[in-house]
Amino acid sequence: MQEIPTPSKKQPSHPLDDLIRTDRLPHIWCPGCGIGTVFSACLTALKVSGINLRKTVMVSGIGCSGRAAGYVKLDSFHTTHGRAIPFATGLKLANPELNIVVFSGDGDLFAIGGNHFIHAARRNMDMTVICVNNLNYGMTGGQVAATTPHLAKSTTTPVGNPETPFNLPLMAYACGATYVARWTMLHIRDLTDSITEAICKKGFSFIEALSPCPVNYGRRNKQKPLDMLKLYQEKAIIKNDADPSTLDIDFEKGIILGKFVDLDRQTFTEQYDKIYRPSRLQENVSELSS
Amino acid sequence: MKPAVLTGEYFMTGDVACAEGALAAGCRFFGGYPITPATEIAERMAIRLPHVDGCFIQMEDEIAAMATILGASWGGVKSMTATSGPGFSLMMENIGLGICTETPCVVVNVQRGGPSTGLPTHGAQSDMMQARWGSHGDYEIIAMAPSSPQEIFYLTITAFNLSEKYRLPVLIMTDEIIGHMSEKVIIPEAKLIKTVSRPKPKGRKDHFKPFAPGPNGVAPMPAAGEGYNLHITGLTHDEKGYPVMAVETQAEMMARITEKIQRNLDDIIRTDSFLLDDAEIVVVSYGISARTSMAAVAEARKLGIKAGLLRLVTIWPFPEDQIRTLADRVKGFVTVEINLGQIHREVERCAGGKVPVFLVGHPGGTIIHPDSVVKVLKEAF
Repeated sequence: MQEIPTPSKKQPSHPLDDLIRTDRLPHIWCPGCGIGTVFSACLTALKVSGINLRKTVMVSGIGCSGRAAGYVKLDSFHTTHGRAIPFATGLKLANPELNIVVFSGDGDLFAIGGNHFIHAARRNMDMTVICVNNLNYGMTGGQVAATTPHLAKSTTTPVGNPETPFNLPLMAYACGATYVARWTMLHIRDLTDSITEAICKKGFSFIEALSPCPVNYGRRNKQKPLDMLKLYQEKAIIKNDADPSTLDIDFEKGIILGKFVDLDRQTFTEQYDKIYRPSRLQENVSELSS
Repeated sequence: MKPAVLTGEYFMTGDVACAEGALAAGCRFFGGYPITPATEIAERMAIRLPHVDGCFIQMEDEIAAMATILGASWGGVKSMTATSGPGFSLMMENIGLGICTETPCVVVNVQRGGPSTGLPTHGAQSDMMQARWGSHGDYEIIAMAPSSPQEIFYLTITAFNLSEKYRLPVLIMTDEIIGHMSEKVIIPEAKLIKTVSRPKPKGRKDHFKPFAPGPNGVAPMPAAGEGYNLHITGLTHDEKGYPVMAVETQAEMMARITEKIQRNLDDIIRTDSFLLDDAEIVVVSYGISARTSMAAVAEARKLGIKAGLLRLVTIWPFPEDQIRTLADRVKGFVTVEINLGQIHREVERCAGGKVPVFLVGHPGGTIIHPDSVVKVLKEAF
């Protein structure tokens, strides 16, 4: 008979502990929530990417996903509802050396903050935007969002959602994003790889991470906590380079995942320097050659 | 490449002088959105900032413009935006974030007639209470009102200096008339301009508390990317910057953001006067209205009325003590402002019923003629 080891008093450290404000745990996310998984994919990606973490900033808006900025041990800003992207724009323009990761939810980035998203993508502002899409407003108790499927129930669409949800990758592509991918939190390795690529990619990169909200979305739509994960597994169709116009989420037919856009376009700062601050470009060139 | 300080004598509008004051103060980032009558400030900054290694961006709306200047400030750069009433309304959300996160920056409101779209091309002074209370919650704010293009040049520098010293958004409440008026503006040599920058922290980075007050009640402020692992939130937070949803933390944070202003009133409040020493009737005014009031006071003196002018340069925090002291010795006050009585209420509050307070105001669209002030000075007392 094997002897049961006595548990050591000191908890073993987690490999991501150095990127987490462990003094802020436990976190606020509910049991069955997928945000933590997307968050750890993001932290792993930050490590793997090899970027200078001292010069890396996480910016969030308001909502469940918006709390990520409060747990990451980097310079981190928890801003106002929907305004993470313009706040991050100010940081980036003040100090172009900073690597910017915006981590927020679908309600924050695409309803109240939708205007900022489309313009930052159009400008090709050099930042990585990670949207945790849980199909509803979780923090306030499960209201309809701009991403809630048609006919799905929420506290503010008690009989079913009369509206049509956004196709987020299509919007990002149409607005000029240079990198667009979608995964679910179940596809953790693909998601981590995509976030790593996005962080290393110059320009506006966007990743949609589908994530379950069993407490507020699942409960009202006859889904048990694991049901959404089963859908992610059974209905996922991995199709890199898929036409962005075909990416509407349809839990019946299938959810198309993959990397859809990866192209090169000059960033706002590159264009601004070229047109307005040519002396700064010359300085950069001389720094590189020296 | 033009220098940041354009030393020389100019014929300049208030809007352009404001932009030049900002550059002289060290502003290197402007996030803007076009709006009459403030657009010329953005236009000037768009031309000038790249020449001084700064950055201009026109955002998608005023909400975003205000958010970018907060971000830029945490990026380590002095930043500004300029707008008018409708845009000022949109900025209120992130002005609150700036107050809560103690972020230095300057917001200019070139006031026009309101409410709503109102009178885009005509001046008013009707956002004065919005400047004080426009964002939700309790807070202290600093707001200043220039009376000429020359003064807006200097006050913009003062606004930046106070904002850096006390770590909060500082408001310049000018108006369409000053903004579009051209007058002589003298820009001094750069070495004669005193600029203040936020105190930087010293010591260990791993135990740094971004909201632990220093000697004057204000915490030193690092920038993002300097290795402090800052966490900055608009939630109620402790000295470490961490959110804490507790009555005690709310009380402590509110004390930090209000006391740093309340304890330094002598350093912050600026007023000016004209024939005030022996005055029996005090005209209280600011901005463009203080100039017409000055003409009215001079006219009243000719008629033998002992009138004087108290010109408010700092509007918020309100110079309560000065009004209270005057209320003990004068016969009454006349508030002159282009609105229906906003600062008037403050004067009434501080006069405390000891002496009468009259208002000369109108709903906006033009200046207040000195004759209408003289009429009240003649008839009311």
